[in-house]
Amino acid sequence: VTRWLERLDRRWIFFGMGLLVLLPLLFPLSLPLTVSNRVRAFHDGIARIPDGSTVLMSCDYDPGAIPELVPMTRTALHQLFDKKCKVVVTCLWPGGPGLVDNTVRAVADEMHQVDGVDYVDLGFKEGREAVMVLMGQGIANAFPRDYQGKDTRSLPIMRNVRDYSSFPLLVNISAGYPGTKEWVQQVQGRFHLPMVAGVTAVSAPEFYPYLQTGQLVGLLGGMAGAAEYEKLRGEKGTATRGMDAQSMAHVFVALCILAGNWVHWRRRREERAS
Amino acid sequence: VSISHDLSIWVAAILTLFIFSFLYKDNPLYKFAEHLFVGVSAGYYIILNFWTVIVPNLWDPLVKAFRGEGVDPTHHGFLAASLGDYRGWLIIPGLLGVLLFTRLFGKIGWVSRWSLATIIGVYAGIKTTGFAQSDLVEQLHGSLQPLWTGQLASTVNVLIFTVGLITSLMFFFYSREHKGTLGVVSRIGVFFLMVSFGAGYGYTVMSRVSLLIGRFQFLLQDWLGIR
Repeated sequence: VTRWLERLDRRWIFFGMGLLVLLPLLFPLSLPLTVSNRVRAFHDGIARIPDGSTVLMSCDYDPGAIPELVPMTRTALHQLFDKKCKVVVTCLWPGGPGLVDNTVRAVADEMHQVDGVDYVDLGFKEGREAVMVLMGQGIANAFPRDYQGKDTRSLPIMRNVRDYSSFPLLVNISAGYPGTKEWVQQVQGRFHLPMVAGVTAVSAPEFYPYLQTGQLVGLLGGMAGAAEYEKLRGEKGTATRGMDAQSMAHVFVALCILAGNWVHWRRRREERAS
Repeated sequence: VSISHDLSIWVAAILTLFIFSFLYKDNPLYKFAEHLFVGVSAGYYIILNFWTVIVPNLWDPLVKAFRGEGVDPTHHGFLAASLGDYRGWLIIPGLLGVLLFTRLFGKIGWVSRWSLATIIGVYAGIKTTGFAQSDLVEQLHGSLQPLWTGQLASTVNVLIFTVGLITSLMFFFYSREHKGTLGVVSRIGVFFLMVSFGAGYGYTVMSRVSLLIGRFQFLLQDWLGIR
């Protein structure tokens, strides 16, 4: 077995991984999913704000993060619109504005929300942290026109929006830089705006310290976080449907690590013996 | 099964398959998709930045400032800055932006350093204050926890946290050789660091597998129409 494993073409591993991801998508296993405290805190963070509030939501990602972050965006918008909240959406990633606009518009249409009244997509603005600081002086200063090119100040939703003090909560969905870390540093810390975040799994460990100190009220980490959030909301979106494949892939990776270590250990033992 | 009739979905699906073909071996189809991606991305970013940065942030405000539109009537000229209207001054960042291109002309390339100095200075200032407040002060504050919380479970949690924090920090203390007590403490710190790396690796696997799941979901649902 050791010799066979040593000579195994890595393409078989790719093939095995492909099968283990593909089959659960075709034939769901409905493996159990437990909702973690950090995901519950994210949900409760939104649930606690007064109904009808205007919330700032920054979607800082591009198409590379669709499987993880679009489900979070959808579910968060569902929860906000259910609470009759008005949502001001921004995007600080150049690759994201079209994707974010499509996602927001799809959910808004599904829930019969009116553009410019119940929600507004302010689109993309280059400048990263500088934009965050500028928004502190006035949201319309930083985004004079929305994604559709309409004058931001003329929109009904923006009548009561001046700067960060107009929002009870910041919802940040982020795939990296600029994202959650920068929003915490530039906005949560300076303007004391409560904040919840949904992030890609690869960046999630970086944000646990913020969760522990209360700088983040709640945190969704990767597809698992998105699926737990969907479960909490009673929805069955793409994240929930992908979790069986996710679990199978993780078991496969763990077995590959064990097999690799076993081969290495055997080889080292043989070398010592000879 | 209801295969998509949308041409854009077909293009995306075929390009996805071209990229996946690299898993078998490098080939012209993969290279075509890769080069196409790089070219389209470069074009997209140039156009996006022109229409979302240059035009609304620089060109439009400057044109309005030169024409005197929206400027306080008691002031005169394009630099007539009243409170909240400093649009004329945008000529300075505009000029600094142009100076960046002097790097393309060997002898006067040094002029671009003025622009870089401004960018670095502004961002260093913004980052330093944000980092000091949110990462240094808040994290120090969060790390100072009472060792006895009144509940056994949370007390054990705090003790593990404190031991992990101190031993991990001691691992990065290089002014003395890691022998004796320091050696033992730093070795305990290594275990905590390894747990942290393991968690990081697990999350990284989850992110990468999510990308694969996303592509498969696209191929199955959006392209082939398998629900």
